[in-house]
Amino acid sequence: MPAVQETVERVKRIDVDQYRYGFETLIESDKAPKGLSEETVKFISEKKNEPAWMLQWRLEAYRRWLTMTEPTWARVDYPKIDFQDLYYYAAPKPKKTITSLDEIDPEILKTYEKLGIPLREVAMLEGVEPKVGEDDPARRKIAVDAVFDSVSVATTFKAELKKAGVIFMPISEAIREHPELVQKYLGSVVPTSDNFYATLNSAVFSDGSFVYVPPGVRCPMELSTYFRINERNTGQFERTLIIADKGSYVSYLEGCTAPQRDENQLHAAVVELVAHDDAEIKYSTVQNWYPGNSEGKGGIYNFVTKRGDCRGNHSKISWTQVETGSAITWKYPSCILRGDNSRGEFYSIAISNGYQQVDSGTKMIHLGKNTSSRIISKGIAAGMSQNTYRGLVTAHRKATGARNFTACDSLLIGDKCGAHTVPYIEAKNSSATFEHEATTSKISEDVLFYCVQRGLSQEEAVGLVVNGFVKDVLQQLPMEFAVEAQKLISISLEGSVG
Amino acid sequence: MALLEVKDLKVRVEEREILHGLTLTVNEGEVHAIMGPNGSGKSTLSHVIAGKPGYEVTDGQILFKGEDLLEMDPDERAAKGVFLAFQYPVEIPGVATMTFLRTALNAQRKARGESEYSTPDFLKKVREVSKSLNVPQDMLKRGVNVGFSGGEKKRNEVLQMALFEPSLCILDEMDSGLDIDALRIAADGVNALRSPKRAMVVITHYQRLLNYIVPDFVHVMSRGRVVKSGDKELALELEASGYTQFEDAA
Ligand SMILES: Nc1ncnc2c1ncn2[C@@H]1O[C@H](COP(=O)(O)OP(=O)(O)OP(=O)(O)O)[C@@H](O)[C@H]1O
Ligand SMILES: [Mg+2]
Repeated sequence: MPAVQETVERVKRIDVDQYRYGFETLIESDKAPKGLSEETVKFISEKKNEPAWMLQWRLEAYRRWLTMTEPTWARVDYPKIDFQDLYYYAAPKPKKTITSLDEIDPEILKTYEKLGIPLREVAMLEGVEPKVGEDDPARRKIAVDAVFDSVSVATTFKAELKKAGVIFMPISEAIREHPELVQKYLGSVVPTSDNFYATLNSAVFSDGSFVYVPPGVRCPMELSTYFRINERNTGQFERTLIIADKGSYVSYLEGCTAPQRDENQLHAAVVELVAHDDAEIKYSTVQNWYPGNSEGKGGIYNFVTKRGDCRGNHSKISWTQVETGSAITWKYPSCILRGDNSRGEFYSIAISNGYQQVDSGTKMIHLGKNTSSRIISKGIAAGMSQNTYRGLVTAHRKATGARNFTACDSLLIGDKCGAHTVPYIEAKNSSATFEHEATTSKISEDVLFYCVQRGLSQEEAVGLVVNGFVKDVLQQLPMEFAVEAQKLISISLEGSVG
Repeated sequence: MALLEVKDLKVRVEEREILHGLTLTVNEGEVHAIMGPNGSGKSTLSHVIAGKPGYEVTDGQILFKGEDLLEMDPDERAAKGVFLAFQYPVEIPGVATMTFLRTALNAQRKARGESEYSTPDFLKKVREVSKSLNVPQDMLKRGVNVGFSGGEKKRNEVLQMALFEPSLCILDEMDSGLDIDALRIAADGVNALRSPKRAMVVITHYQRLLNYIVPDFVHVMSRGRVVKSGDKELALELEASGYTQFEDAA
């Protein structure tokens, strides 16, 4: 059997066993009644002890949503979602306020342990001595916010961050504790009316992370949030809001996993980033939601709106994403380059296998003068999957001197998958310089054979070649996650547990 | 027991028979040269021994240390000591040569049930080998063969051969594209690997290489068969008279 054929066969056999995070945690939970109505929205708002303005905001979004229809322009195909057949809120019991990690259900702690996410600060500080020549990520401090189904269950290093003036807390808490900040910024980047899923999220979002970095502060550690969907038939609608005030810097990472289930689950998050003058936000995602089984059954629908506003002059927002999971991904992390000399970056690795469908890309909206953007997209399609890059680069009339560089490379493994590149480019002034490069190639039989002749297994060879293909993007990830992402890439392309 | 026994091998590629019953026996410690006109099937033979997909063996046998080689996956063959220095080494963008060497070496060791090399041990070994072959360290930081000159690619093949210490080395036209100095260095590298436990099969068009790597046997291939075998004098004879005399024999 030719090498590529063999790989394709193996890849086809990819099964749920492959998905390491597919376990379920048995805990009691507190759910909203099934279905979506004003009552559901009120229920959620009440559960969260929200002020009246927040409920009002949600209800407006809900009413708006009723008038909207699902977008159909993406190159993805799925049966119609019954929005009345979902739960919009699920919280692990008990519902009393948690003040320390010890009060968290040990089952949940165990879940995060299994996922390899340290929720105990002490364990991280006392990290084992690294061996010579080895980097030890555990010794680097990373503040974690863990979101389990609809609620945030733990946020670490709060005190230390507070000393630096950085606010990092569940958004439900921020709504109560920092209403002035939330009211000022929430919906200012992704308006409640933005799109079907963002509007839905605005009505029913239950938790997520909130970050505020004050002027001139360089956030002393990586911030990260881990999202975990556990409940059945539950949508996860998290909301993340990050504000980098003048001259500040923050690096934030989100990771996501879910148990394997036969039914599809909806995940419709909204992420808003605001960077003021001279501020920089680096946002990285390692998305590994359950992708469904080898027949395309189950998996997460990942319909996400992510947008960053480079509001100030000389501000910078950089998105890096490694997308390996989800049955369907519909996601376009974008930058509005409003401030003069602001810069937007998008680095993406999107891997699809089995019956996964990915339609992802970015939008770079150049509004200010001398704004620049850079897009590096690496799509890898295997199995029966479809992988589309969809990107928009526009320069407004006043965006003189706008510059963009786009490079989209696709790699095909086998001949039953597809890779597509859909770039939209609009320059409304003549001084804009937009460059676009795109390549599509098949994984080379000769290259794979070269590797196996030197002793690598077929799967190791594919993993190595693909990791080489995505290297430029991997380098953009914070070091400790780059290693993890590299493993994830190999695993998601493996045909058998190695 | 011979190290490698190819018996009456018939091979097809896309419905066309390329090797029509080829027999070749290589014992430990021997160096065999294979010469023959373009398209006679030399690379095909080397690919089939290494296990490249796409070739259909319709008849015959290949035994390696007495085991049926055709039953093994190519990576298994590599771990057992079969090494092929390619006529056209490929480029692997984004994969540093050093990473590649380490991954491959450790994969082979793991397959043999040996422990993996530690970082310092591995680095030490690579440094030794690359120094002896005049391969600069910064070449090892670059992507595998990416942007390497033809000669550098060939040197990288010999480097891997020296590093992996295989028991059977097949060199497919390692002399093509090498300048005279590079040829001498590479040949010295190959000679340094000659040992009573290791055999070499050197495929070449030029007798000049055989001045550096002196073979014990020379075989002439034509139209998918070995049509004549002899000692190193045969190569000189070929240089003088060419291959036409064998066309009929085939
Ligand atoms: N994949 C293939 N498909 C079709 N024909 C092939 C294929 N591979 C090899 N051949 C044919 O097999 C014959 C032998 O090729 P091979 O590469 O083994 O010759 P060679 O002796 O190595 O030649 P050279 O000295 O030019 O390297 C040639 O006629 C070639 O065209
Ligand atoms: Mg050849």
